[in-house]
Amino acid sequence: MKKYLGPLSKDNPILVQTLGVCSALAVTAQLKPAVVMAFSVTVVCACSNFIISLIRNTIPPRIRIIVQLLVVSFFVIMVDLLLQSFVYDVSKMLSVFVGLIITNCIIMGRLEAFALSHKPLPSLMDGVMNGLGYGLVLVVVAFFRELLGSGTLWNHQVVPDSWYAAGYLNNGLMILPPMALILIGVIIWAKNGVTER
Amino acid sequence: MSRKFNALFDAMDTFLRTPATVTDGRCHVRDAVDMKRIMITVMIALVPALVFGWWNVGYQHFFAIGGQTALWPCLWYGFLKWLPLVIVTYVSGLGVEVLFAQIRKEEVAEGFFVTGFLIPMIMPPDVPLWIVAVATVFAVLFGKEVFGGTGYNFLNPALLARAFVFFAYPSVISGDKVWISNSPDAVSGATPLALVMNGHAEAMPTTWELILGTIPGCIGETCKIAILIGAVILLFTQVADWRIMIPVFAGGYVTAMVCQLTGLCPIAAHDQLLMGGFVFGAVFMATDPVTAAHTRNGKYLYGLLIGILAILIRTLNKGYPEGMMLAILLMNIFAPLIDWCVVQNHIKRRKKRLEVRSKK
Repeated sequence: MKKYLGPLSKDNPILVQTLGVCSALAVTAQLKPAVVMAFSVTVVCACSNFIISLIRNTIPPRIRIIVQLLVVSFFVIMVDLLLQSFVYDVSKMLSVFVGLIITNCIIMGRLEAFALSHKPLPSLMDGVMNGLGYGLVLVVVAFFRELLGSGTLWNHQVVPDSWYAAGYLNNGLMILPPMALILIGVIIWAKNGVTER
Repeated sequence: MSRKFNALFDAMDTFLRTPATVTDGRCHVRDAVDMKRIMITVMIALVPALVFGWWNVGYQHFFAIGGQTALWPCLWYGFLKWLPLVIVTYVSGLGVEVLFAQIRKEEVAEGFFVTGFLIPMIMPPDVPLWIVAVATVFAVLFGKEVFGGTGYNFLNPALLARAFVFFAYPSVISGDKVWISNSPDAVSGATPLALVMNGHAEAMPTTWELILGTIPGCIGETCKIAILIGAVILLFTQVADWRIMIPVFAGGYVTAMVCQLTGLCPIAAHDQLLMGGFVFGAVFMATDPVTAAHTRNGKYLYGLLIGILAILIRTLNKGYPEGMMLAILLMNIFAPLIDWCVVQNHIKRRKKRLEVRSKK
């Protein structure tokens, strides 16, 4: 069990391997799309890990990337349709980034590094944990960005009106992608400070 | 006790001076022009612009409300506006510096003195103090300390603080309410640059007003005469390099001329250079020895590109009237690359010379 928990802490795909950063910058301006995105990536990563692991002995090595892409895109389309039918507003907000899960390097990375050489159930676990590790960072970044950038959490205003009346202003830089990059940098900084001690 | 908080004690002990306690072992040859002296020179060079800035803040305020614009009340009003800004800047910025020096067990470097002096000079007079504090902490932390402290920063921290305010809290640093302190609603407090760029050609001040600086603007940027006095001090003491300063003006002038002749911009080239923070940036910001290019030829290119980019950003993007800040920050990022190219080029040339000689 312990080896699967790595992605949540000291082997986090975003913080250590710096994979999947582009979507982490794009969808973290608010908490809700970030959670939905984390969920989608977890589902796609786990399912495609499982399927690829099932058929790992029948895939010809020379065309394995194509096969992987095929499997991943199947699940991405499934997730996209699910989002469109159940949470349409968030699906609108995420727009192209759901489709771009296909190119998320964490998923391809796990397929190549884990699913091709492990049995289906461990692969499933690995996919879930890596998806959650990715989601964890996304949620933390989105929490601070939405709180400081819009004064809201999950679209509910949390900064009281009296603060605004007293001269408090939302930080516009938090809404812009550069600040997400800086926040991820700060998280990496903090993480290294803890793990290297 | 003193060992534990050594960074803080040492900073107090060597505040703006070098103590008489010196090493008594083998001799160290040290140049008298150390970082303290450079920093003090820059601060002295900033004083004329600062004093004029005090007066202008008061003058703009009293002029806008239609009151008396006598010398001393104006000066005093501006001074009282500036004082809290500078206190907040130093407390927050030095707090971060001391904290990091303490963690790293290093001495507190003097680098922040000029930064802390510059930040209030490039802010509007009425900017909320907590925003100044947040911006200063951000600039010192992410512009300087994460890269290793004074001397390792690749961005100018003072400009970074301003850029932070510009992008994070645009309402306090742009628009038409912020540049005149406590302006009444009927008077537009926008800078002339922003007004003219957005189609109000009648707001164009005369060239003489631009040189004298009796226009709304940041505390330190308006009076070109005071800034030029500072420039002379910096160039005479060789703290700033003319190889950066002159190309900035040259690049800016040529670009402004092109923009004027092609009809992109209604402002005459010489007025364009005198507006906004162009002169202040060219003299005090672009020439920062840490963040500028270091090679001789690199400096020409670095300065030239700052001038060109500043005017281009101003003319082509009406939302960013203050192109100088963005141009300098952008070129700060490119300065190491410029240096690298110059050095590589130099090596290549020397190698070629060697080959020619060995063939003979």
